[in-house]
Amino acid sequence: MSLPDDYLKYPKRGHGMDHDRYTWSQLHERPNVAWPNGARVALWVVTQLQWFPMDMKPAVPVPGGMARPYPDSWNYTLRDYGNRIGVFRLFKVLDKLGIKGSVAMNSALAEMVPYLVEQVNRRGWELIANGLDMGHPHHGDMDRDEEAALIRGVLETLRGLSGQPVRGWLSPIRSESMNTPDRVAAEGIDYICDWANDDMPYEFRTASGAIHNMPHAMEIDDQQVLITLRHTEQEYVDQLKDQFDCLYRESESKGGRIMAISLNPWVTGQAYRIKALEGALSYIMGHDGVWSATGSEILDAFKGQA
Amino acid sequence: MLREPGLYDYSPFDDRPKVTWPDGARVAFWVAPNIEFYELDPPLNPGRRAWAKPHPDVVPHSHRDYGNRAGFWRMMEAMAKFGVRGSVSLNVAMCQHHPEIIAACNELDWEFFSHGVYNTRYTYTMTEAEERAMMEDVIKTILDCTGQSTDGWLAPALSYTTNTFELLAEYGVKYTCDLFHDDQPQPVNTKSGRLISVPYSLEMNDTVVLSMMGKSSRHYTDILKANFDQLYEEGAENGQVMCIPLHPFLIGQPHRIGNFTEVLDYITSHDKVWVTTGREIAAHYYEHHYDNVVAALRTRREGGAS
Repeated sequence: MSLPDDYLKYPKRGHGMDHDRYTWSQLHERPNVAWPNGARVALWVVTQLQWFPMDMKPAVPVPGGMARPYPDSWNYTLRDYGNRIGVFRLFKVLDKLGIKGSVAMNSALAEMVPYLVEQVNRRGWELIANGLDMGHPHHGDMDRDEEAALIRGVLETLRGLSGQPVRGWLSPIRSESMNTPDRVAAEGIDYICDWANDDMPYEFRTASGAIHNMPHAMEIDDQQVLITLRHTEQEYVDQLKDQFDCLYRESESKGGRIMAISLNPWVTGQAYRIKALEGALSYIMGHDGVWSATGSEILDAFKGQA
Repeated sequence: MLREPGLYDYSPFDDRPKVTWPDGARVAFWVAPNIEFYELDPPLNPGRRAWAKPHPDVVPHSHRDYGNRAGFWRMMEAMAKFGVRGSVSLNVAMCQHHPEIIAACNELDWEFFSHGVYNTRYTYTMTEAEERAMMEDVIKTILDCTGQSTDGWLAPALSYTTNTFELLAEYGVKYTCDLFHDDQPQPVNTKSGRLISVPYSLEMNDTVVLSMMGKSSRHYTDILKANFDQLYEEGAENGQVMCIPLHPFLIGQPHRIGNFTEVLDYITSHDKVWVTTGREIAAHYYEHHYDNVVAALRTRREGGAS
């Protein structure tokens, strides 16, 4: 048997990507970016406040979701620990170090616990939309109209409760359909955080014009490192420091870089992990030229020099 | 199926009534050994298989039996050395199978609470009448065999029905270990009676850390100490609970017992630690804090989310 013709002949087999969402571009060839006040590294800390419904039956697997027969008290209440206890440990550390945070929140959690939205507003932090809840990841087979309605509802809820414009979108588990970028752009979103392919923002094409993708942390997300890969707390700290050291070093000749840190309160908000996180963040904040900023502030500074 | 189980109200760590422990202690510290019997050839439950292999699954069965034959005695001696009484999460069939172990616990004035009949018989799919029959057997067996009332509950193998918590309150069980949402006791919403959760930490549980997350014994030691340090610090503001749930087949292994002994030495060497049992924590909380906390939760609920 020979190979079928379409195995070797893909019409999009050519220079660049096989889709037109963004332009093929290598990091090392781009012009240097300058951050405000000569900062070398923009520190973007995103805390994820999420709700894992007890009856969730997501269309695609959701790490951290219900994993035992119903009613799964184990997973439900351990995730909930983050929103009651862990989040306040994280915020206390960020406050102590003077870090300006960004918070990605499920709209269902914001409705159930508006107290958490108040905590974000009170600190002057940015609220990023994180979908409805962790039982509703977006996915390739999702109905187009259903997704449009879901996104509209999520943004209405978060904008209504917070009074913020809500310019950023992080899909639950960063999972998208082919339509997600178009639908969130149509609702006024300026940046998405889902694509894990760059260290810097880049222009992302949608049916409603260009938005940007922001380099939200994937490899050094606390859940990824400590839960999925089961590294130790010390290894997590080392990883954060190594990431920062490399970016800081590069910024000397390659222009401003972004250190994104993704935190889940049920992971790093545990009593036995919080000091490890504090140590890593103190190390980073101890350097000259670190600009703690929100996603929108970083994006606006980036766009300002294009 | 419920999206949100409604078993407790939202209570943020940074805005809740202060809890105190006897003699100004910052942390109520308790150790909960799971004294369990795993059947060689258990009945099949439609919700969950007991063993991965067709019966007999020799290694996991005999690994757990090691706890009763060898590990228990090592664990018990380590605890006795530092004056730590166990609060035993008991598969009550142990009263018939291995009364020698029950007698040894009784002699040290340890508490017994329910962990069902066998760890290989689950609560999933039980009717209300079936769950009642199981609970009645447990309560009677503990009373007959040890002279103690069943004040605490940890569902067998953490398996539940949607009736479980209502029935516990009805049968006069005072505290449940089945909710993992907090580091302090919390009122549980039931239609009749009173029930509270007492923190029984899965994050500190030897099975979770050593077996499921695959951590080394020395890393487990670091986790336990770091968790204690953080709670001890926070306990100066608001009293905390730290529980170490154990399984003698894991912690009683020769290569682990030394590390665990070191942890007990470390924790009990602190001044402001109340070394206690689940029953005593619950009794203190009911006497000094329950009414106050329930009133504060009601105010929060009626006054809106904050």
